[in-house]
Amino acid sequence: MPTHTAIPPQTPETIAICGLRPQDLQAANARHGWSLKEAELAAIQSHFQALKREPTLAELETLAQTWSEHCKHKTFTSPIRYNDGKKTRLIQSLIDETIFKATKQLNRPWCLSVFKDNAGIVAFGSKWALAFKVETHNHPSAIEPYGGAATGVGGVIRDVMGAGLGAKPILNTDVFCFAPPDYDGPLPKGALHPRRVLSGVVCGVRDYGNRMGIPTAAGGLWFDDDYRLNPLVFCGAVGLLPAWAVRKEVKAGDLIIAAGGRTGRDGLHGATFSSAALEGAQLSAVQIGHAINEKKLLDALLTARDKKLYRSLTDCGAGGFSSAIGELAAQCGARVRLEAARLKACDLSPREIWLSESQERMVFAVPPRSLKAFAEIFASEGCETAVLGEFTSSGRLEVTHGKTSVVDLDMRFLHDGLPRIERSAVWAPQKPAPIKAPTHKKSLSQILAECLGHLNVCSREWVVRQYDHEVQGGTVIKPLQGIRHDGPGDACVIWPHAATGDPSDYQGFAVSHGLNPAYGKIDPYRMALACADEALRNLLCVGADISRAVFLDNFCWASPDDPARLGALVRAAEGCRDAALGFGVPFISGKDSLYNQTRDVDGKDLAIPGTLLISAMAPVADVRKALTMEIKGPGNALYLVGWTAEELGGSLFHQVCGRCASCTAPAVDTRIALAAFKSVQSALAKGLVLSAHDLSEGGLGVAAAEMCFTGESGAILDLDKVPRRAPIYSDEILLFSESASRILLEVAPEHEADFIKALRGAPAKRVGTTMANPVFKVTGLDGRVALESDLCDLKSTWQLSLPRRLG
Amino acid sequence: MKRPRILVLRAAGTNCDLETASACNQVGGAAERVHIDLIRSGKIRLMDFDILILPGGFSYSDDVGAGRILANQIKLYLKELRHFVRLGRPVLGICNGFQALVKAGVLPAAHGGEQTAGFTANDSGRFEARWVHLRLNTQSSCLFFKGLPEMIELPVAHGEGKLVLKSPRQLEELKKNKSIAMQYVSDDGKLAGYPANPNGSIFNIAALSNPEGNCLGMMPHPERYTTRFQHPNWTRQTFVKEGVGLEMFRNAVDYCRG
Repeated sequence: MPTHTAIPPQTPETIAICGLRPQDLQAANARHGWSLKEAELAAIQSHFQALKREPTLAELETLAQTWSEHCKHKTFTSPIRYNDGKKTRLIQSLIDETIFKATKQLNRPWCLSVFKDNAGIVAFGSKWALAFKVETHNHPSAIEPYGGAATGVGGVIRDVMGAGLGAKPILNTDVFCFAPPDYDGPLPKGALHPRRVLSGVVCGVRDYGNRMGIPTAAGGLWFDDDYRLNPLVFCGAVGLLPAWAVRKEVKAGDLIIAAGGRTGRDGLHGATFSSAALEGAQLSAVQIGHAINEKKLLDALLTARDKKLYRSLTDCGAGGFSSAIGELAAQCGARVRLEAARLKACDLSPREIWLSESQERMVFAVPPRSLKAFAEIFASEGCETAVLGEFTSSGRLEVTHGKTSVVDLDMRFLHDGLPRIERSAVWAPQKPAPIKAPTHKKSLSQILAECLGHLNVCSREWVVRQYDHEVQGGTVIKPLQGIRHDGPGDACVIWPHAATGDPSDYQGFAVSHGLNPAYGKIDPYRMALACADEALRNLLCVGADISRAVFLDNFCWASPDDPARLGALVRAAEGCRDAALGFGVPFISGKDSLYNQTRDVDGKDLAIPGTLLISAMAPVADVRKALTMEIKGPGNALYLVGWTAEELGGSLFHQVCGRCASCTAPAVDTRIALAAFKSVQSALAKGLVLSAHDLSEGGLGVAAAEMCFTGESGAILDLDKVPRRAPIYSDEILLFSESASRILLEVAPEHEADFIKALRGAPAKRVGTTMANPVFKVTGLDGRVALESDLCDLKSTWQLSLPRRLG
Repeated sequence: MKRPRILVLRAAGTNCDLETASACNQVGGAAERVHIDLIRSGKIRLMDFDILILPGGFSYSDDVGAGRILANQIKLYLKELRHFVRLGRPVLGICNGFQALVKAGVLPAAHGGEQTAGFTANDSGRFEARWVHLRLNTQSSCLFFKGLPEMIELPVAHGEGKLVLKSPRQLEELKKNKSIAMQYVSDDGKLAGYPANPNGSIFNIAALSNPEGNCLGMMPHPERYTTRFQHPNWTRQTFVKEGVGLEMFRNAVDYCRG
């Protein structure tokens, strides 16, 4: 077994920075890849000048990792001078003034831990809690899609394993943004083709998630050419933990124990790497995962948790031991002896051990009296442990290797010494394009078919089938639904009976997502509201209780150093705040990934569209009352809830037909929407609804067609009946507008009267009827048949699009 | 009434053990999830149990072939398994557990413990999770099938589920001694190709049993269909009372109770 004893003690490398001029500091910064800003370098310099010594390279890298955008979310916490197009104001901290503020104001007692632990934690019944976290692994997935995505999954699972005193992961989610797999434009040297990125990422998520025995049952795919150099990979995990295990606390004197995989040279500088623009791919910055080590770690961890053998834990993510121990010891202090670490190769330098991001490792705070029992449990699962040192009350992070001091930093400087850098941001709203009459010559049925075959709508079965979405036996509402198990579900419902051990408890929860960067190109504020609105409607459609819903935010943006991009980010964050307050749904966790831009063939930076993923979760009181989205049979009424307006900005219709009408992205009126959602929820709870589906990309046309072909039942819609406040004179707009807050519901004739009563006051109208004949038929405003399509044709267009384009 | 002791065998990477144990307990069994190392060290003895179940997962990560390492361990540390089977005690291998039983030479049962069949990658080249229609062999005396309809549905989830045999003659033998316990079929009960047969398995074989019918290995997951709410179409099927998978566990438990 390779151990430390093979290497002689080394003098740690020190870097002389105390006497450097700013430009030389900057050069050292670039040479070492610290990704630190000028003011941060100056703060570090003056700190060590005061100490009258030069820092070690390990100390500088510890600071660089801890102060990275990845770990500290500087853009969201630093002052921003923001011009909203009318006036300029100073935002002290974007996150505090938007997302945190809403959560604080809502102050939900069932939110047990928000924005402080590895994941947000909410109560689940009286005995349990759910931890939910979504992260991105974008940069690694761009250069090594399989490994990058796999470790992304592994990392977010560990986040949940390290939430509270440890949660058992019971659901994985995955959302990807790629360029189309048949993209045929030029790519810069070294960039992987989108098709390769897509298949590599899917395989990576599949192999890690499946091996962990966690169902991957919720997610999404979005395609846009501008993701070709910076694909986005969002990995999420939900874990179940006992209500008593939410609080964690490190005590001085507790042992620092590392458990799981060994430490190797893979994955150095991940945090600083992911906080920089992608240039000249650094493959050593990507870690290599092996799920079996994490599975053993999980099995051991849950046993040790239930025996209460440790007081706190966290996972080793970006920054490895340096950030894991740095975070756990933030309030006390730590003494670490690196020679005790178990290594993959014996020639690792102390600095490499300290900063390595080798996967499948976690750090525990174990009271000395529990050491023996703790180590035995881990050994019984074939999982290695090592006592790295102890937590102290010194307020210092003291790291040694043999007799050599590697790091000796003041905790306060490490965690609070980061200077706040003011940035400027501008929001310049896009001028509405002049309204032009439609110029295309496509028929409604042609447009509908093209919408259904569009990459952002078509079937994701090719992806979903590769994930074991039913392991643990609790996926009650599956991602693929309907008579032939292949229709597009709105959200999954998980019934965690295997994890709770109580199959007589039918409590479950639903998870969904909202993401639409096309709206963001027009207005990021509206995008944020529309995403939150869609995520919430998805939960509603499967029968979840949205009064107990929670949101997670994930922002993926290009460089915030560009004032216009930062302005858009501010708009999006304000949209999140207003969505949370308007819907009464708090955010419980979030992440951001910035600098998603890469130099393209023309030498200019190609930036991703500003992308916000809103993930949502809500309890389902009784999973036996959950709903699927497909039409259940002929002769039922179809009700449309929510106002339709002329809102085609960023719509699928625009992409299919070219820009032809208004340029307004869908707006959300949370007051009207929430009232309507509540009445829909009460109708669902009374069992008055047979199926429900939200209207999103492609509007009413796509939603109704999906419900029909999934249930193998035809339908006829009358566009004149569509609820609207202002007159609309076009069939196209009525059928394809993407106005938010709308849901299509199927109601049996015998329940119609009660349904109407439940929906009183809401903008709801009967727009059609289901029928046995397998056609989708639409009557236009002129009373004539405007569209008539065969369900088989519609379905095969929808189903074959992705496999065909994957080649 | 006595609760039969059920050994749910775990190894590193096993991941369907909790729900499998839960299914056992729901039908009156007393399931214990036991790591194979405890059997190896002699702390727990197989012969003290009434039923053995090998649940699904990725034992030892399946890196050198699905179930291969677990199969070797079974051969080395569960030497009493043959005796256990001969005594007529129920043995059920699910998915990865089935793969291990085949690679350990326990199934197909013959030839004195030699491995005579194997598994290879699905014809689709991908891991696939989907519900399949299965036809049970009504001729077989498999104790797990008592009272089950001839046609059932269960989910499969695997990447290496294509059963391959040594020779065409072996297939005839398996047919003759009624060892082909389940076959993948289309919804109208006919032998059909992909996706009805999700992996391209020879003769659409989904499960094998020993001729005596107390040892069964199956690729589909009965533990994932214990209530009607796990079926993909439960929101439209009001006539189903419980998942057909639970009955298989109940049969094993009832069999032990005599």
